Parts: sequence; C-alpha cells; structure tokens
Amino acid sequence: MNDPKHGMTLIVKTVTRITVWLIILYGIYLILHGHLTPGGGFGGGVIIALAFLNVLLAYGRSFTKNWLNLKFMEDIEAASATLFLFMGILGIALGGRFLTNFLGPGKPFTLFSAGHIPILNILIGVKVGMCLFLVVWVLAALRTGEGGEE
Amino acid sequence: MPVETWLYFILGFMIVGSVIALEIRDILSSVVAIGVVGLGVSVAFLFLQAPDLAIVQFLFEIFAMVILIRAFVKKDYHMETPARVHGILVGVSILTLVAVLVASIPVFRLLPAFGEPLMETSRHYVDHGLSDTGAANLVSAVILDYRAYDTLGEVTVLFTAVLGTMTILRIRRAKNGGGKDA
Repeated sequence: MNDPKHGMTLIVKTVTRITVWLIILYGIYLILHGHLTPGGGFGGGVIIALAFLNVLLAYGRSFTKNWLNLKFMEDIEAASATLFLFMGILGIALGGRFLTNFLGPGKPFTLFSAGHIPILNILIGVKVGMCLFLVVWVLAALRTGEGGEE
Repeated sequence: MPVETWLYFILGFMIVGSVIALEIRDILSSVVAIGVVGLGVSVAFLFLQAPDLAIVQFLFEIFAMVILIRAFVKKDYHMETPARVHGILVGVSILTLVAVLVASIPVFRLLPAFGEPLMETSRHYVDHGLSDTGAANLVSAVILDYRAYDTLGEVTVLFTAVLGTMTILRIRRAKNGGGKDA
C-alpha cells in the first residue's frame, strides 16, 4: 500500500487515507438531503468522484485499480441510468404520466418526504459519481498511454 | 453594499482573469487563470442566493482543473507566434466592441430592473412548490419534479459520455494487441 515508487509522498498518502472517507460521507450527506438543503444528487456525485480522484492522484493507478472494482462501477453506473427510466415508467403505471411524483409529498422538512425526489437524487448521485471518475480514469490512461497494459 | 456592486466587482475580476488566461505564455498559469474565472462564477452565484449552483460550479471547477492539468501540462505544446497584423486586429476588435457597446446604450435603458419581474412560471413554482412536491429545497423540486425530463436528458448525456470514452479505450487496447480484461 505504501509503495514509494507510485503516487505522491507519504504525507499526501496519509492525509488522503484519513480524509477520503470524510469526503465521501459529505457527498452522501449532500445526496440524501438534496430535497432539504442546497446540494442534491449532482453536487454530491461530483464530491464522491473527486474523493476517488484524490485516491487516484495520491496513490497512483495500480493501487486504485486494486482498491476499486471498476467493472462493478461501470455496472452500477449503467444500472442507475436504467433505474431512472424505470422510475419514470413506474410513474406511468401508478400516477398516469411519465415521471409523475407517485409517492405523494409527505410531511415537508423531514428526511422521508417529497415523494420520488430523494430516490431520483440517489440515482443521479451514483450515476454522476461513477461516470465522472470513469471518464477521468480513461482520460488519464490516454495521456500516459497505459491503455494497452490493462 | 448592494448585490449589483459586488457583481460588477466579480465580473471585472473574471474579465481580468480571462484576459490573463489568454495572454500568458506559461500553460500552467493559464489553466490556473481559467480556474480563477470559474471561482468568480461560483462566488457570483453565492451573491445571487443560489447555493446549489455555487456548490456544483465550485466542484466542477476543481474537477476541470485536475483534468486540464493532468491532460495538458506535460505535453509538448506548440507556442503560437503572433502575426504581424496582430496589433491591428486587436485594435479593430476593441474599436468594434466599443462601438457596439455605445450603440446599445439606449437598449440598456429599456431593460427592466435586475431580477425583475418574476416570470409567471417561476411565480407558480415559488408559490406552489412546497405544497405540490413536499421538497423544502425548491431547486430539487424543479429539477426532479417539474422538470424531470431535463434531468433524464442530463443522465442520458452522462451515460453517452462514459460510453464514448470506454469505446476509445477499447479501440486503444485492441490496437496495442492486449485482449486482457480491465
């Protein structure tokens, strides 16, 4: 894990190891409270992508490749897009129109309110987080010409 | 101070940043200047009381900075030598812009006050957003309930972006003769 040949110095690696989970937690908080406070699925997803990017920059490619399951990330990225469509079709089935808020408003200012908005926020957060990290991963491979070695 | 004064200050800051980004010789400094412009946009959103947009703009600025630095800084970089007519072109452009600005002063007088009037659709959202959707954050109510189609389009765009980059990676891998799984 602390291979000095890859990534940055020990100081950067230690700080990253401590802070990366806090960053991910903040992203999850923004996603879950998207219907109550500023933030939402998009901002929270970008924070999660930046946390993974932080690990990629600090520890290097080979460690990140072992740490993250990239195939699984691709899968849940595609699955969240499909689930977004599925929520829309569920709106047809239960509410009569595409993407209808079929769950009802609920009690405002509580976590479980606003119908399908939190669910869609979670789907968008997962989608954006995985998508942006994968795009950066591929772009970095193009720059260093490592695409063929994986 | 009123919001407009701060906005003028931030706008001037952003214009200076973009001019520096264009004119500076060192590519890393240029990328940092672009980041300064994005930061100005983020602060402007904060002054306009749009924290959602400010958060997303600020995060994307960091993201774009990382991508730009990683993608461009170490590459061989072709420095453009300014043409002989460069000075004349700049002068003509500045003169044209000033002429357009002076000619449009009467139009600026006719414009309504900043942020006024509230559109009919926006007023409906402000008045009925909480009771219709139950979401305390009105921005979430608009992008995920009233305008959920747009968000679906955005999800499609992101999906296509990942598909495109993955396709490029596959082509490179095939070209380099590797058939191993990523």
